[in-house]
Amino acid sequence: MQTEIIIAGFGGQGVLFAGQVLAYAAMDQGMHVTWIPSYGPEMRGGTANCTVVISDLEIGSPLISHPTAVIAMNKPSFDKYEKMVKAGGLLVVNQSMVDREVERNDIRSIMVPANDIAEKIGDKRMTNMVLLGALLGNLNFLPLKAVEKSLREHLPVKHHELLPANREALERGSAFLAVTVAPVIE
Amino acid sequence: MAKELLKGNVAIAEAAIRAGMNAYFGYPITPQTELLEWLAKRMPELGRAFVQAESELGAVNMVYGAACTGARVLSSSSSPGVSLMLEGLSYIAGTEVPAVLVDIMRGGPGLGNIAPAQADYNQIVHGGGHGDYHPIVLAPANIQEAIDLTYGAFDLAEKYRSLVIILADGSLGQLMEPAVLPEMLPVIMRQPEWATYGAAGREKRILSSINLEPREQEAFNLHLEKRWQEIKKAEVRYMEYYLEDARYAVVSFGTSGRISLSAIRAARAKGIPVGLFRPITLAPFPEQELYELSQRMDGLLVVEMNSGQMLEDVIKITRNSIPVEFYGRMGGMVPMPEEIEAEIDRLVNQPHSPNGHPRDRWLDRFSLDN
Repeated sequence: MQTEIIIAGFGGQGVLFAGQVLAYAAMDQGMHVTWIPSYGPEMRGGTANCTVVISDLEIGSPLISHPTAVIAMNKPSFDKYEKMVKAGGLLVVNQSMVDREVERNDIRSIMVPANDIAEKIGDKRMTNMVLLGALLGNLNFLPLKAVEKSLREHLPVKHHELLPANREALERGSAFLAVTVAPVIE
Repeated sequence: MAKELLKGNVAIAEAAIRAGMNAYFGYPITPQTELLEWLAKRMPELGRAFVQAESELGAVNMVYGAACTGARVLSSSSSPGVSLMLEGLSYIAGTEVPAVLVDIMRGGPGLGNIAPAQADYNQIVHGGGHGDYHPIVLAPANIQEAIDLTYGAFDLAEKYRSLVIILADGSLGQLMEPAVLPEMLPVIMRQPEWATYGAAGREKRILSSINLEPREQEAFNLHLEKRWQEIKKAEVRYMEYYLEDARYAVVSFGTSGRISLSAIRAARAKGIPVGLFRPITLAPFPEQELYELSQRMDGLLVVEMNSGQMLEDVIKITRNSIPVEFYGRMGGMVPMPEEIEAEIDRLVNQPHSPNGHPRDRWLDRFSLDN
């Protein structure tokens, strides 16, 4: 059983950190995991993404063309990665940063107003955790509690005052249920 | 020991520290900079030597000098930086002092780019610097292997008074995986019987790579060749996956090797009996093992992130006795599992053309659309 996740957005949205949280949780659950960032000129001001592969076997490729799930944190990522999600896979979209609906009807998708939710929690840096919560709530491969535990264990102590907000963001996100867009009948 | 989530560059740096490395000399270059960055912080903390040299030329010659004293010494760089070091590597080999170098390869030739590549295979495995010498070349495909190979590299270098080069690519440098770090060895200054660390109370020793008497130089060359024969007998390492029942094998090292593993699993799910042969030591290459494997296979596919550099070695080793095909990506592009799976399908299902070179056939069908 292998789960592949791409998290993509602008640099500064916490894309790489969200992936690392997932990787720590998978490691703590005794699974094989790889985390690889896009690196290079595209990091400067453009889009950032990371790929996380979680498996019960030794992992082959850490890079994936058609992932099981994608978190798109902004419009360029939504446009790029909607096409790439594996059929039957999951697409989590930051509704606060896009101006259209999901088009594919062979995948499950969730539109989450993650910026708004993060601001309600009182910390807009929590956008990534809201979206990660939505992913976890709809993939059933890592329990939310395991991710919360890993955050507590691996987040440097000086940032521990952020743990309650992280937990709330994950839980609020996980309440969103994925739907399949109805095919257009002509 | 508990597993930690470690980035390749950092894992290699920390493994070298734990192996009791005395000194590091380097110059920053992407995609290996985190390695130097980690050591810049850790080495002074531990009271050990860290020098960011003025250039790669400076760094490699500092390595040369430190190695002459018997110190455990490391440098690291990426492709264009390693090119600058080649003169120094030849001098190190010609003086027979142990040293370890890490090359985190990137796209080239020239300044190229900072994306992952394996195009330094020929430069590193088949020499690069002038003169007859053979570095030991180790190619990790995952973080644990990178740690274990780095940790053992100093012992290997000292045992054979040899250069050991860890050859990895930018994606392994940037990749994070859970891995276990080895125990911290005490740092000691070794005093081998050949080293120059001050001659108070004993005969002076001279270390040099110059020998103006060809007959003596030839005797030294012969000594290096005999020692290489010993290394070939004792130090070959490789990994095999799904080969017990296989009729086809992919031959691939490092990152392209692990990506091939995904393609092989997908092909096996369709019923194709294919496995993976992944050399860990590129020098000494697992020649006998690959030859014997080829004798029970119906075909081989060589996959690399270059234009077929290891391919030439595979052809030489298998002596044209079975069909060999090639697939490569160049310039910092990484092959995706689907591309390799399509090549496995082609090898198995399409009649093999005995004409021409596998590289020519690959170039004929190569498309930049992938």
